[in-house]
Amino acid sequence: MDAAMDLMRRMPPGSAETALNALLSLLPDNSLDLLSQVDLPLQVCSSSSVQTQAVLLGPSGGSVPIRIIDAAPTHLDCSFDWVLRPVTFLVVSCCVAFIKKCPFLALFPFALRVNPTSKCRNPRMIYLEKWYIYLQVCMDKESMKEYILCEYNRDADSYRSPWSNKYEPPLEDGTVPLEAMRNLEIEANEVFSIYRDQYYEGGISSVYIWEDEDNGFIACFFIKKDGQGKRGYMQIGSWDAIHVIQVGPEEEGAAHYCLNSTVMLSLTTDNKQSGTFNLSGSIRRQMSMTLAVADGHLVNMGKMIEEMEGKLRNSLDQVYFGKTREMVCTLRPPPEVLNMRLPDS
Amino acid sequence: MRALLGDDAVYEAAAGEAFPEYNKTHLVSLELPDRSGDIIITTYGELDKNNYLDPRTAQVATVDHIKQTCTKLRPAMDEELPSAYIEDFRNSLDIELSKYVGEAYPKGVCAVYCTSGKDVEGPGADFGFAVVISAAKRSPQNFCNGSWRSVWTVDFSYELQYVDIKGKIQVGAHYFEEGNVQLDTNVDRKDSTIWQSAEDSAVSVTNIIRHHESEYFSSLEESYLNLSDATFKDLRRKLPVTRTLFPWHNTLAFSLTRDLAKELALGK
Repeated sequence: MDAAMDLMRRMPPGSAETALNALLSLLPDNSLDLLSQVDLPLQVCSSSSVQTQAVLLGPSGGSVPIRIIDAAPTHLDCSFDWVLRPVTFLVVSCCVAFIKKCPFLALFPFALRVNPTSKCRNPRMIYLEKWYIYLQVCMDKESMKEYILCEYNRDADSYRSPWSNKYEPPLEDGTVPLEAMRNLEIEANEVFSIYRDQYYEGGISSVYIWEDEDNGFIACFFIKKDGQGKRGYMQIGSWDAIHVIQVGPEEEGAAHYCLNSTVMLSLTTDNKQSGTFNLSGSIRRQMSMTLAVADGHLVNMGKMIEEMEGKLRNSLDQVYFGKTREMVCTLRPPPEVLNMRLPDS
Repeated sequence: MRALLGDDAVYEAAAGEAFPEYNKTHLVSLELPDRSGDIIITTYGELDKNNYLDPRTAQVATVDHIKQTCTKLRPAMDEELPSAYIEDFRNSLDIELSKYVGEAYPKGVCAVYCTSGKDVEGPGADFGFAVVISAAKRSPQNFCNGSWRSVWTVDFSYELQYVDIKGKIQVGAHYFEEGNVQLDTNVDRKDSTIWQSAEDSAVSVTNIIRHHESEYFSSLEESYLNLSDATFKDLRRKLPVTRTLFPWHNTLAFSLTRDLAKELALGK
């Protein structure tokens, strides 16, 4: 898995697209091999004898199937058990920026999800769901607030709102967090939306919290911000941040916090003079800390996230965008550099 | 990728389909076996899947797409080359263009292909060229790749005594150390000039290309400058609107007092 991710990271975008396009036609023969390498997120369900067909939809969600693959049922009779597995989720989310560039990457089994819904005409269809591309949102009709959809608040086809604790579409027996967790979740959502407003001046945030093994818990903080650019430059921009914190059990007044953060960013400007300018990327960082819980979990988690977001933003701005700009200047040095060089030669 | 598949035959088959496509769209340049220069892999010079024409040296190179090397070289046959009259125009443009590319792109290569009217023997008919400029830098050890690609079509219209120039510039950069960031830009440009002698046309066409490409380069620079100042700030500020770090303690107190107020209200 690591090798695969590493390869994907290092492949220049264009070659990934074409190489995988060609690979696609070979998938049926090799999907078992590929799947066998994804040991962590796999959970084999009861196998059925129905011939399974996978339909892959383009990143725009509603587009035509890219290609249809016939595969033996055993290959696809498995659901990717992402729920309650932050680590796997992050692996998947870091594919997202790539999928944006190369839809064919979605053909890697670990970027797919078996949609287990019964409403779907063919329950075994595999969709490349839209939220892999960007975080999706839904409106809580009770509070008229939007919330972010993810695996952590999904049950069957419905998503639980962190505001009302209710599922949409309504689900009678949808799982809800334990009361203590829910109380922390309510508070976290409130505080986090103030935080979000101060840094993002808009956007949508959601926090989901649920109990983990051995008395710890996991909290997942989402922020989604789309910008049209009120300062007039940005045409289309989006910032999607995902912070997953695993909090260990409290021991002697302290707890261990492990934060995994991913930011996916895309900026596009488009005008006649300078054409299309698209800069996009994703970065992930990890941070672990053992902190006293005297001030409460939320203060600790919040401070960690604030620090992390600052670092990620800075890296994207200074290092990552700086590096691509440097690359352009290597390819075609700016005139002043050329002028300086001329006297030497 | 090979390691992932664990099957060489499959890899070869997939790569055989993917690499030529990649090499052509990315205008990959390869060194000629006799070291007389570089050949650009492009549809304009493609004779068949593995054979590409280098118009400057009038040679045909056999290319291994997967290894990205030239394996064989042979002189081009007469029917693969344009007439002397066209070659005059082509060669003049190639000379002017090479000067410009040499100045502007340290790692750049260029080529001029005849795309239409290659058998025209003298004045009186239309013909056209494709100008390809490619500059790439690969340094995976520094987690960086980048390419500048521009393709200009230059159409000489005899009737109008007019030269029509259309171009597409694409710039890509990719940085992937502990993350992944890509720049992907493209622009279309259009211009025209009057029909002149081979030498004069070459100079004016090259000037037009130079003008558009440097203008585009400055606009890229400008986009980058705007990026951190305005564009990025629109998405997320460096500091909150209050210009101090977020008061996690106070907010907590704030929401607690609100909870208390709620409870008190309920108690009443």
